[in-house]
Amino acid sequence: MTLLFRRTRALEAQIDELLNAISEGTLVFQQGIADYLKKDDERFQQHLKAIAEFESKADSLRREIETRLYRESLIPDHRGDVLGLLENIDNVIDEAKKTLNQFSVERPDVPEDLASDYLDLAKAGVESAQHLVSAVRAFFRDITAVPDHIHKVYFYEKEADRLADRLKRKIFSMDLDLARKIHLRYFCLHVETLSDRAEDVADRLAIYTIKRTI
Amino acid sequence: MTWIFLLSGIFLGWSLGANDGANIFGTAVGTKMVRFRTAAWVAAAFVVIGAVAGAHGTTKTLGRLGAIDAPAGAFVVALAAGLAVVLFLARNSLPVSISQSIVGAIVGWNLFTGRPTDLVTLTTLLSSWFVSPALSGAVAAVLFVAARAAIPRLKIHLLEVDVWMRAGLIVVGAFAAFSLGQNAIANVMGVFVRVSPFPETVSLGPFRATSVEMLFFLGGLAIAAGIVTYSERIMRRLGSGLTSLSPLGALIVVFAASTSLFLFGSAALQDFLKAHALPGWPLVPVSGSQAIVGAILGISLVRRSGIRYRVLVNIAIGWVAAPLAALIFTVVGLFVFQNVFQLPVSSTSQRRPAAASVAPPPVR
Repeated sequence: MTLLFRRTRALEAQIDELLNAISEGTLVFQQGIADYLKKDDERFQQHLKAIAEFESKADSLRREIETRLYRESLIPDHRGDVLGLLENIDNVIDEAKKTLNQFSVERPDVPEDLASDYLDLAKAGVESAQHLVSAVRAFFRDITAVPDHIHKVYFYEKEADRLADRLKRKIFSMDLDLARKIHLRYFCLHVETLSDRAEDVADRLAIYTIKRTI
Repeated sequence: MTWIFLLSGIFLGWSLGANDGANIFGTAVGTKMVRFRTAAWVAAAFVVIGAVAGAHGTTKTLGRLGAIDAPAGAFVVALAAGLAVVLFLARNSLPVSISQSIVGAIVGWNLFTGRPTDLVTLTTLLSSWFVSPALSGAVAAVLFVAARAAIPRLKIHLLEVDVWMRAGLIVVGAFAAFSLGQNAIANVMGVFVRVSPFPETVSLGPFRATSVEMLFFLGGLAIAAGIVTYSERIMRRLGSGLTSLSPLGALIVVFAASTSLFLFGSAALQDFLKAHALPGWPLVPVSGSQAIVGAILGISLVRRSGIRYRVLVNIAIGWVAAPLAALIFTVVGLFVFQNVFQLPVSSTSQRRPAAASVAPPPVR
């Protein structure tokens, strides 16, 4: 029996590792934003490096899992769905890394009054990503629990939308240069995109879950 | 000579193996859950075991319908049954079955030779054609509902479900092959039982086999050869096009269909029921393909995914067309064998001496 499941267990471990990388990567993203807003550049650079490592690890794990699923002809009836799921959840950490990198390159000058708003927005995005990771884990192990997690992804995505809208209104009501306002709005959009990516994957996951339960 | 007559039975076994082997492992191989080589050898081994060890209940039933007692008669009956199936399968893609055409062929032999047809046995056989797919449909529906409710609750990783499914497909495939061998051997070799060319008992080292067992072993090998040599292309077509079953669906369908074949073919089960004063049912050869179609329809009903009524109509057409065609082929074939080749097609038919037909009338 152990022999029968040996290869499968190794692949299960790789899928868990990939999901861990995405989960930890998004948490690092939140810490990175917090440190940037606190103007702690040394720690911000550390987080930037860490998220790049998580992203690269997630990429190589995803490729390895996809190759094994095809090479070993595993789960033929769900393989397409699982590949779609893994590729799209990988976009979440890609987005987080890209946004943190934009902060490093463009160095937006965030007024202290807006720092907590940016942080709240980042937290909502990270919460939605965390629940998405839980939903994907449930897809593999406990299909009945997937909807519980998916509805939280949607909740935090809406929360992020609301916070982003509030932040943009705040930015444009302040006495700042138009260029700076546009720059700040641009970063608001960047941070907000994380929850949008999580929502995209949750939409797919909802369909895959229905397909598996009928 | 009798050995040559056996060829039609071997051909029948080979074509049955090619088609029904595909039914057993079609989806598993088509969806690449099981490799063809694994599927073919498992099916081949178990079909032979089923044919030899599965007792002879279904053969006795066919024997009651018509006791063919001349090798040439048996040859024509088996050939006509095979031709009827090949003709309808090839021309119209109707799900016709050797289990049904053989009945028409035997009745044809009865009509030609003037032997009475046992109407009770005939009615039993006809009713089983309906009961078998209905039974496998009911079993499939119940299993599908149970599996759909149970699997999510077990909280097994998707990849582990996949491993269980592969193992299940092989185990259920082996059971299906055993049931097929046990049930269908009557179709392939049943008509040759009374004219077997094998000696009464055969000893091979410590093994002893009766003439009938050797006959069934040969028939089993013919079915196995059909599975190994020709079922692959049909399997690939089944798995990728005609039916869109998931591996779980395939597992349930094959299990339900083989349960039906097993129940209608197992003399051991029948004896057990009798010994415990439980109600039994007749042992009759039933169609594997139609049991599979019945199981798929059972699942379709539960899933409310719509039923293609054309499939049901085609099965019903097959119930009439295949035996009728086999009956006509048999009568024509027997006529040709008796009058052209001048071979006796039953123990009571006389080989007409060649001289008699040209003898001059007595001169007065």
